[in-house]
Amino acid sequence: MSTTTLDIAQAAGRSSQGVRRTAMEVATSLTLALVGAAAIWDSARLGAGWGVEGPQSGYFPFWIGMILAGASLANLIPVLRAKGAAAEEMFVTWPQLRLVMSVLIPTVFYVAAIPVSGIYAASAVLVAYFMMRLGEFTWRSALPAAAATAVVAFMTFEIWFLVGLPKGPVEELLGF
Amino acid sequence: MEEIGLLMQGFAVALQPENMLLMLVGVVLGVLIGVLPGLGGANGIAILLPLTFAMPPVSAVIMLSCIYWGALFGGAITSILFNIPGEPWSVATTFDGYPMAQQGKAGEALTAAFTASFFGAFVAVVMITFVAPIIAGFALRFGPPEFFAVMFLSFACFIGMAKGSPLKTLAAMMLGFLLAAVGMDTVTGQLRMTFGSEEMIRGFDFLVAVIGLFGISEILCSIEDGLRFKGQRAKIDLKVVLRTWAELPKHWFLAIRSAVIGCWMGITPAGATPASFMSYGVARRMSKDPNGFGRGKVEGVVAPETAAHAAGTSALLPMLTLGVPGSPTAAVLLGGLIMWGLQPGPMLFVEQKEFVWGLIASMYLGNVAGLLVVLVAVPWFAAILRVPFPIIAALILTVCAIGAYTVSNAEFDIVLMLVFGVIGYVMKKLDYPLAPLVLALVLGDRTEEAFRQSLLVSNGDIGIFFHNWLSGGIMALGIALLAWPVLTWARGALAGGFGRARAA
Repeated sequence: MSTTTLDIAQAAGRSSQGVRRTAMEVATSLTLALVGAAAIWDSARLGAGWGVEGPQSGYFPFWIGMILAGASLANLIPVLRAKGAAAEEMFVTWPQLRLVMSVLIPTVFYVAAIPVSGIYAASAVLVAYFMMRLGEFTWRSALPAAAATAVVAFMTFEIWFLVGLPKGPVEELLGF
Repeated sequence: MEEIGLLMQGFAVALQPENMLLMLVGVVLGVLIGVLPGLGGANGIAILLPLTFAMPPVSAVIMLSCIYWGALFGGAITSILFNIPGEPWSVATTFDGYPMAQQGKAGEALTAAFTASFFGAFVAVVMITFVAPIIAGFALRFGPPEFFAVMFLSFACFIGMAKGSPLKTLAAMMLGFLLAAVGMDTVTGQLRMTFGSEEMIRGFDFLVAVIGLFGISEILCSIEDGLRFKGQRAKIDLKVVLRTWAELPKHWFLAIRSAVIGCWMGITPAGATPASFMSYGVARRMSKDPNGFGRGKVEGVVAPETAAHAAGTSALLPMLTLGVPGSPTAAVLLGGLIMWGLQPGPMLFVEQKEFVWGLIASMYLGNVAGLLVVLVAVPWFAAILRVPFPIIAALILTVCAIGAYTVSNAEFDIVLMLVFGVIGYVMKKLDYPLAPLVLALVLGDRTEEAFRQSLLVSNGDIGIFFHNWLSGGIMALGIALLAWPVLTWARGALAGGFGRARAA
């Protein structure tokens, strides 16, 4: 393994292809405005006025939702008016995004695996995967490191702090 | 001088052997957290908070606040040796700290940074010792309208003093308030914004949000640059320390000015990060040799470090006295107080004297311990960054997942943490500030409660917030702060309009 994911990082910052910052700003503003709208809608359902026992449940979130929607939409104005270099700026370039995904996607699998395999086994796999995939390690060093992570975490939480974390079939097999 | 007597009682609490041990553990953990990318004061404390439920509150808060001091110290190590700010407030330290390290003066830079941090914290703790009881006594007369006014003021501060776009600050803050409102409404028992999902009934726990927003997002941001740590060697021995200490008294005025800036910025919820930049900026402007800044001037290390540590420490003043935290980390500690069954606010100084003064005494001791630990152990902490990034990243993700789970033993919280991580990544890259979001999330319920109670008293008349000079004055100050960005914008627009008119 001569090239690792980290090696392409050098080129990552220089590439000019990617997701535009402007596009991301618009998407974020619209999402926030939608969240605001959802809050307004839900608050109106609950009642956003004055009830028998004072302000109704929706009173406070209604106005918060209004301010959020207003501020997010107002945010669009400077973004849409931006010209020249400001409009060309990148939110993330494709090589950068690839790096981010190389961490994010395994993490999604990790989180999804926790209810099934328990947190210790999942963490061990995550450590080994990161070491071999993102770093220049072979299984010879990755496997012991993974096992050590699981054992140390298990000792710390289950035995020392007496905090029960999600466990899976492996722990069951060992009698925990 | 009643405070001195109470402080001595506090020392008696803090000096108990197990509390001393916790202090040391806290400081070491804190420096570690400060050095590692992806772990910081706020999410480090959030991760450890659930493990402290079994402890007496005063021991728990001593350990957690010492983590905070440790993290403040730790940020300087990576800034100076690796040019990587471990914490946002140590960005300004890289400007002169790293050049100093490149010139082989890493020991001097580190000693100056640690000593300056210590000095800043010390000034802030002395300030807290004498000012906090006065503010708490004053706040005892507060009713719901006054509490709402104080919270209004602190949120208005964020918008008025925002470095970036005030609209983005406002949007982030409102998002925090909305997230806080999700779940059961404690007054009427109705479900709000759950949209039929059972997982949402519990609402969003701010600890989970903090771990995701600050921890996961930081990992995602760091990988973009393909972290390769290229560090300078750290050599600190007694000779270097003593020589630097002999030099430092020259900068006494700079240190005092920076500490004052820090204290001020810490009490108003602007936080340590802007304080460090402002202090650095003022130091350069007032210097006889402004061009020397950025090329390895010791003043450029002393100014931001003093201010950052002073701000970080004094952020606890409004948290203790009013229940309004001055920084995200103070907000997490405030959440801890509530979880330990303590009611934050002025009553703390009446009902929980032992807790309050034990904490204040531990601030004195914790900072001494912190200074000693970092001076002795710098090379070891620096060695941590020589561990390859993939290992660090995987371990931090694991620690974050465990932290999120232990908050309320819910696997769904780990999913939420990841979602908050992605949200935090996008927000960070688009310059949406995270601090107002976290503060709104922590204070949302209390703000709403104060708002509703006030309106109940007045039968729906908004005029209640101006019913006396106290809440009216605080509200007026808040509104003035809110109006500030509008005025600046209007002036800019007018000037721009005139400029164009003249050109045409």
